Amino acid sequence: MLELRHIGKAYASGRQVLANLSYTLGAGEYVAIMGESGVGKSTLLNLIAGLDVPDTGEILINGVAMSSLDDDAATRLRRKEFGFIFQAFHILPHLTLSQNIALPLLLNGASIERAEPMLDAVGLGGRGHHFPHQLSGGELQRIAIARALVHRPKLVLADEPTGNLDPDTARDILMLMRREIKANGASGIIVTHSHAAAATADRVLALTKDGLHPVAPAKVANAAAPAVSADSHHSG
Amino acid sequence: MTKSPNKGTLSRWLLSGEWQSHRVQAAVAVIAIALGVALGFAIHLINAAAFSEFSAAARSLSGQSDLEVRSPQATFDESIYPVLVQRDNVELANPVLELDVAIPGSSQERKDGTLKILGLDIFRASLMAPDLIGIPGEDKLFDILADDAIFLSPAAMEWLGVKQGDPLPLRVGTQTITLRIAGSLTRARTGQRIGVMDIGAAQWRFRRIGQLSRIELKLAPGIDRVAFKTALEQQLEPRGQYQITETADQETRVANMSRAYRVNLNMLAMVALFTGTFLVFSTQALSVVRRRHQFALLRVLGLTRRQLLTQVLFEGGALGAVGSLAGLALGYATAATALHYFGGDLGGGFFTGVKPTVYFDPLAAAVFFILGLGITLLGSAAPAWEAATAKPAQALKSGSEDIALSKLATPWPGLLCLASGALFTQLPPIFDLPVFGYLAVAQLLTGGIVLMPRFAALVFSAVSSAVGNRTSGTAGATPALTTLALARLANAPNQAAIALGGVLASFTLMVAMAIMVASFRVSVDDWLKHILPADIYLRTAMSGDTRGLTPDEIKALAAIPGIARADFFRSSKLTLDPGRPSIALIARPIDMTDPGNTLPMTGEAIAPALLPKDAIPIWVSEAMVDLYGYTPGKQVTLPIANPAPGFVIAGVWRDYGRQFGAVQMQLADYQRLTGDRLVNDAALWLENGITPEQVIASMRRLPFGDALEFSEPGQIRALSLNIFDRSFAVTYLLEGVAVIIGLLGVAASFSAQAFARTKEFGMLRHIGMTRRQILGMLAVEGCLLTALGAVLGFVLGWCISLILVFIVNPQSFHWTMQLSLPWKGLLGVALVLMASAAMTALASGRHAVSGNAIRAVREDW
Repeated sequence: MLELRHIGKAYASGRQVLANLSYTLGAGEYVAIMGESGVGKSTLLNLIAGLDVPDTGEILINGVAMSSLDDDAATRLRRKEFGFIFQAFHILPHLTLSQNIALPLLLNGASIERAEPMLDAVGLGGRGHHFPHQLSGGELQRIAIARALVHRPKLVLADEPTGNLDPDTARDILMLMRREIKANGASGIIVTHSHAAAATADRVLALTKDGLHPVAPAKVANAAAPAVSADSHHSG
Repeated sequence: MTKSPNKGTLSRWLLSGEWQSHRVQAAVAVIAIALGVALGFAIHLINAAAFSEFSAAARSLSGQSDLEVRSPQATFDESIYPVLVQRDNVELANPVLELDVAIPGSSQERKDGTLKILGLDIFRASLMAPDLIGIPGEDKLFDILADDAIFLSPAAMEWLGVKQGDPLPLRVGTQTITLRIAGSLTRARTGQRIGVMDIGAAQWRFRRIGQLSRIELKLAPGIDRVAFKTALEQQLEPRGQYQITETADQETRVANMSRAYRVNLNMLAMVALFTGTFLVFSTQALSVVRRRHQFALLRVLGLTRRQLLTQVLFEGGALGAVGSLAGLALGYATAATALHYFGGDLGGGFFTGVKPTVYFDPLAAAVFFILGLGITLLGSAAPAWEAATAKPAQALKSGSEDIALSKLATPWPGLLCLASGALFTQLPPIFDLPVFGYLAVAQLLTGGIVLMPRFAALVFSAVSSAVGNRTSGTAGATPALTTLALARLANAPNQAAIALGGVLASFTLMVAMAIMVASFRVSVDDWLKHILPADIYLRTAMSGDTRGLTPDEIKALAAIPGIARADFFRSSKLTLDPGRPSIALIARPIDMTDPGNTLPMTGEAIAPALLPKDAIPIWVSEAMVDLYGYTPGKQVTLPIANPAPGFVIAGVWRDYGRQFGAVQMQLADYQRLTGDRLVNDAALWLENGITPEQVIASMRRLPFGDALEFSEPGQIRALSLNIFDRSFAVTYLLEGVAVIIGLLGVAASFSAQAFARTKEFGMLRHIGMTRRQILGMLAVEGCLLTALGAVLGFVLGWCISLILVFIVNPQSFHWTMQLSLPWKGLLGVALVLMASAAMTALASGRHAVSGNAIRAVREDW
């Protein structure tokens, strides 16, 4: 599905964030990428999405090199094959919930009928005519998940999707996200600081200045447990 | 199949979402465009209707003639008539005596107006111009040949308040004759004031025996008009100076007469539209800044650059289309109302005496619609480009708003505009119109406004650091509000500066227009003082071209006790170019020791002592230099006698009364060359201790005293300045609308910015600022920005006024003026603007701080 070959990227300031990074993501695979702030997690997502260009190396989506695509072609690929979930939700405030979810369908020239079932799937059935300001943070992120999956993308990219949510809501959202990604047969990459979030992925990778390294599931589970416990205590 | 409709749906959703959530900004932009288009369209319709009706009325007097034979002077000897009647290929020759006759009476309207009277050979005119034939009463068929009968058009009857059978007194020199109104005309144009009588009777009654104004020729079918005209010119050349004109010449003359005025008025109307462009730009730019995250998201989700560019342009275009359509409707309604209630004259005095009706001009409507739409697209172009080219990943982050407008701070486009504007000031007029002058104004204005963000950043950074340095270490010395306001203006100057685009445009143009009008008014006032040195002025009739004072009457006037000096003037018209309006020829005593004592010279002059021996000097107005190339020292002939005598141009004088050209010469030279001993006007200087009233009373007792009109210089000055102010009334109205649009721009921009800063205000309230303090901060920002805008607007306006005073006016109207600055008025307007802007900022901010502070900081967008 996704292949990263020797990716290198430096900021405009000259600081090298990614160097010689390689990885292959299989179809239907759901991975979490963790790492310290500033290590380049969001930059990596931007590169995968074709929103930024690597200084060195190659990114292939289903065998197609991103570098061979111009801006329009990359945009078309992104609109068809990718779904996005952000920390800050990014729901258009002046469109209804149904309209927000239907955006990728419209952009792909598809029928917008799937928007309503998607709204049901994320637990907000019957509220399609509501506006974003009438929703809580968790509900907004549900809309973002519905929007990310409504057009059946091959790859969902989630950048700190629970960063703005309380632990209980975060847990619900993570479960929903995993369920929907799997149900839609998509692959997923979730970038997060949260061990609890990472624990919902099939595989966890740590991004360091040396590249991507697998993290043992047990280590993630152990790290996630106290947090979940503390969160449960706090919420309780 | 479903692709296109879906894209349309998305566009519609985004547009309706934006308009519904920002109704005020959208409405303000629509209103601004609508007002601009409405003004431009209305003025075009009014001018076009008036011009069309005026031309049609002028054309209707010529009937179906192919050619007209005229003289450079108002009339010529009828001895040429038989020559034309007998000439081969002439099917019909129709002699006409056309006079503008003064009406005795005390009402101002009658004093100001004259009645156009046509003397016609009824048998020939019935074939050439059947509409102009009078309709006599049933039992008085011979009235059409009667020497005391006149037929009036319905508009003339209405104007004079008379009906069939009533007597009609008319002024002929110092005498009054009375004609009988024998009926109406077969068909006259609405509002056209004319009278028709038998040509023999007219020649006799108006003391023009043997004189004609023109002979209209209808050629035999199939005759080559151009060849005939050339042959006739050759045939007539030995007989004197004749001009053979076509209908097209007449239309050109009418068009030339009012073109500069019409074009200038249209340009002024465009000011409102131009100001609207900046409003649209600021509305769109701020909308793009506010929606930067949203557009970035759409780009991430798959909207291409082109689609996003199209979307933003579509939104701007939709505003433009709605505004333009509303503007066309409003413009049409305004034109119809103005024409109905005020007639077609907008103050220039070119189209009096016609009653035009508005007609919808689809071509003009299309042009103004495209203009309105075009300027909106122009105003949207830069924001659309910014939205499309922004990097989505970067734009999704907070705090990138001012970066979005950082391109505005690039100085080169602004400097390029200023440089090209400066270059345009050096280029000559095109078709007698200051096209490059207007372009220079537009370029200077655009350049100044484009440089505003950079200028704002420089000034506010300097002020901010100066205030910081001065107060460092003295806690609380600088109020927090001022510090915050200055910091915001210094560090995010682009957003702040675009708020001022509209108001800067309108204020700049207002300053420019105010300086130009003040300069013009002061110059006219000085000119009037110079040309009115005498104690009393008299004339035989306030207007009209029927005769004047005879030598005996002149003697009688000069002999009145108490008069120290009496200068008599002979004014007449000369047509030097059939395609241009006539020039004025004024013969009068001129001080040969220094002509500047008599005439308001511009400085270009040859001292009489340096003129060639036996040369007859004439002094020409500035328009003569521009239109006919009459430069000092040049030898010219004037068709005032046969053969045309030669003259030397001895100097150029300033004439604000006649924009089509005037020539002054010594009365003695004129009388010697022409044998014409009549005069029209006199300037009288009184002996010490004698009052004007005493002299006027003595003159009234003369046999012809009742026919004399007296004016004192003060009255003429007041009347002239009153006419001046009236002619600029429309200008003030248009300026006012431009300022209102500018203030609407401030309102829309401040409100958009306040809305976009809801989060910032929420944060400030969290850390302890009260709503009142935030509003205070906004008011300080508004005041500081407007103050800067006023200073920059003044400088820019002053530069533009130089173009208006020294380029546009001389090239349009052929007169120069001195520069005068109306300081008090400008300062007053600047203060009103600052107060308005501060209040607007406050009102806009009130809404933004009225919400919940917690929600304000929680919201992502």
